[in-house]
Amino acid sequence: MTKAERADGPQSVPALLHRNATQFASAPAYREKEFGIWQSWTWAETLEEIEALALGLLDLGVKEGDFVAVIGRNRPKLYWSMVAAEMCGAIPVPLYQDAVAEEMAYVLNHCGARFVIAGDQEQVDKVIEVQEQLPDFEQMIYLDPRGLRKYDHSKLHQYTHVQDAGRAKRDELLPELTARQEKLDYDSTCVMLYTSGTTGKPKGVVLSNRNVIETSKSSSEFDDLRRTDDILAYLPMAWVGDFIFSVGQAMWTGFCTNCPESADTMHTDLREIGPTYYFAPPRVFETQLTNVMIRMEDASRFKKWLFDYFMAHARKVGPDILDGKSVSQWDRFKYNLGELFIYGPLKNTLGFSRVRVGYTAGEAIGPEIFDFYRSLGINLKQLYGQTEATVFITAQPDGEVRSDTVGVSCPGVELKIAENGEVFYRSPGVFVEYYKNPESTASTKDAEGWVATGDAGFIEEGTGHLRIIDRAKDVGQMADGRLFAPKYVENKLKFFPNILEAVVFGSGRDACTAFINIDLTAVGNWAERNNIGYASYQELARHTQVMDTIQAHVEEVNRSVAQDEMLSGCQVHRFVVLHKELDADDGELTRTRKVRRRIIEEKYADIIAALYDGSKTISTVTEVTYEDGRKGSISATLDIRDAAVAIAQQKMAAE
Amino acid sequence: MLDQTQGYTTADGRQIGPVVMEMKNITLRFGGVEAIKDISFDIREGEIRAIIGPNGAGKSSMLNVISGFYIPQEGQVFYKGQQRPPMKPYQVAEQGIARTFQNIALFEGMTVLDNVMTGRLTHMKTGLWRQAMWFGKAEAEETANREVAEKIIDFLEIQAIRKTPVARLPYGLKKRVELARALAAEPSLLLLDEPMAGMNVEEKEDMSRFILDVNDEFGTTIALIEHDMGVVMDLSDRVVVMDYGKKIGDGTPQEVRNNQDVIDAYLGVAHD
Repeated sequence: MTKAERADGPQSVPALLHRNATQFASAPAYREKEFGIWQSWTWAETLEEIEALALGLLDLGVKEGDFVAVIGRNRPKLYWSMVAAEMCGAIPVPLYQDAVAEEMAYVLNHCGARFVIAGDQEQVDKVIEVQEQLPDFEQMIYLDPRGLRKYDHSKLHQYTHVQDAGRAKRDELLPELTARQEKLDYDSTCVMLYTSGTTGKPKGVVLSNRNVIETSKSSSEFDDLRRTDDILAYLPMAWVGDFIFSVGQAMWTGFCTNCPESADTMHTDLREIGPTYYFAPPRVFETQLTNVMIRMEDASRFKKWLFDYFMAHARKVGPDILDGKSVSQWDRFKYNLGELFIYGPLKNTLGFSRVRVGYTAGEAIGPEIFDFYRSLGINLKQLYGQTEATVFITAQPDGEVRSDTVGVSCPGVELKIAENGEVFYRSPGVFVEYYKNPESTASTKDAEGWVATGDAGFIEEGTGHLRIIDRAKDVGQMADGRLFAPKYVENKLKFFPNILEAVVFGSGRDACTAFINIDLTAVGNWAERNNIGYASYQELARHTQVMDTIQAHVEEVNRSVAQDEMLSGCQVHRFVVLHKELDADDGELTRTRKVRRRIIEEKYADIIAALYDGSKTISTVTEVTYEDGRKGSISATLDIRDAAVAIAQQKMAAE
Repeated sequence: MLDQTQGYTTADGRQIGPVVMEMKNITLRFGGVEAIKDISFDIREGEIRAIIGPNGAGKSSMLNVISGFYIPQEGQVFYKGQQRPPMKPYQVAEQGIARTFQNIALFEGMTVLDNVMTGRLTHMKTGLWRQAMWFGKAEAEETANREVAEKIIDFLEIQAIRKTPVARLPYGLKKRVELARALAAEPSLLLLDEPMAGMNVEEKEDMSRFILDVNDEFGTTIALIEHDMGVVMDLSDRVVVMDYGKKIGDGTPQEVRNNQDVIDAYLGVAHD
């Protein structure tokens, strides 16, 4: 046992591990599906494995304060590597496994990693490719020996061999390892995580044991996480969320972390494990819902009827039942019947039979998607977080779940909204610093510990829920001073399956207008079923009925935006359905499909002008880049539609 | 010509062992047609040996002679130093020879796992009665064999389709399943009949990597027929070139590439 324990609990992740290995010795700690079977390790076995590796690392010469990079898919051995590095007093740095060699070189160089622990040949190759650029790099350890037999092993070691060496020298090295662990306390660094770097180069966020343990403790209590819980670890290890769920909270509460066999088998493994605590970004829920709906289209007529009937009922009473509100006996009986015939089997197929706490975050989730899962009785909630906050800033408590907020501030978190609407927070989870980047640290975190999120939002009166409206830098003002938050409206538009992309304009103007891209799959499907012939995207986009549908969607969004006092100015007055899809090849979107406003504004200046000068049509020529790099141009005449604007509580829009 | 008993070292530093299979003056006729005319060559332990040639050159016939399916009218086949008598297919399998087929020959209605398990058949010793009743040694034996099958599934990265019926798989994956079944027999000599036919570039790259990994990981000797010259030249240690049933070249990819007869066979030659 280490002495790094206080009255209120262990002060480092290795200390937590020692506690678990004593208290929950025979409870499962990690499982991984391999060779078709779930292999599992108890907490006691986990400690033995991690200790053997840590001793092996000492033997290889890992020093205190060294950085140990960890690259690969979610596997128990890689989680153990991180904890083993901590035991040695080194700092683990998990990297994104799909990063290309060049990106990896930047991060490895920035932290000066002396050691790399890689999952397989693919990752090993990437590091070897850039090792010339890494003056600090010394040794690499790999898990899967496949294909690596012929490699030069002077700097390369197999994971199990390192462990064997550690076990062999246990007697000599254990005192040193124990001494190093005793030095760890709340202020020593637990992990360093690189932010994905959508703006500029990635920054290394340093998180201390205090950050990780305090956050894990309060969030575990918030959601009543138990030792018997199961999670599926499938999100990138370099992402702070995965570190907190699979290491922080897992170590704190002692629940079991399950690793899928491979990325392709994720869904089968999810069904087999049936996690009780589950996290997924909105797109995962979206894809699953789409798959269910597509398969129901092919189901027999009776089954489809049964599904539609009970889903309608679930939408009516499901969320209330989940929130513990009173529901009539008859409705409850019908819901139970639905559980037997539809919801239960469906949840089982999706792998959500046992989910007690489910979270989604990262992006806005469509209300229909959100309600679908909640109506089935899955306790899906939203949270809002950042790497710099060790994830948790706000989360939705049970019984107060809505699709349009991100919840109340987590225990121990203080919130503050600045003049310009930007959200600031302060908590025990606030990061120590950006590694080797004091300027960025200073500009993000002030002397009192308040951290800028970069997001604009407001706290709802009455409920205390935080609502995020947009990135702070995109939020502007309209000509009459009303708030302009384009993404808020765009997200509402994009929740319609028919709309793929939307760009809203209005900063400094007296009214908002929008560009819309139709979703060729959804609208094309509709056209096929209604015998509407079309030859191209452009032709379908101009079809009167399509324009009518889009107009109806825009007007519905206007009605919903109007209900919001602060944002009622953002209603879309006029819109145009673009003649081409916005494309990353043309520089209109980033590679991760985020809209590049400035470029679009420049490129389509003529259409924007037409949106504001009242003309009914606009003829335009647009340059396009084909996939092979050739350039061409599309000329088109676009119809501009006026959309009805709902009356807001505030002054009427000028029209 | 290489020495019979000693091995050689390949360009990438692998040590190749002595001869495991030797074909001596093989001639194979179908009625009046001579498919193979007086061909001799050998396959050495641990090497990747390719047989190439234009359409109708007799490559598949050659592979069938190696596998023991065709019995040549003239010449002898030596396997591990002994002359091989005519054999039944199961006897060939028991000798440690496994193969894949040009036109996939899997059990379409069975799952991938079951197909791979059929490759373990020669390693199962318990009788029909015990296996059907699932008692005694049968259970332990199946567990042991399943472990081997699972290791191969893991090796070829087909875990996601373990329980999928083969009929539902795309072509490229079926090819991989067939390789898995052949590997499940833990062969010492693996024969691949056009493993990359009909694949796109990415699938070919995957398959090439698997073939190299199999050779590297299990030390399996591999003889393969392939049309894609790029693949053959990259993969194999030595190449036999056939044309109209005759051997027109034999050697390392580099030697074969510079062989005038081979160039003529592939590019055609002017008749005067």
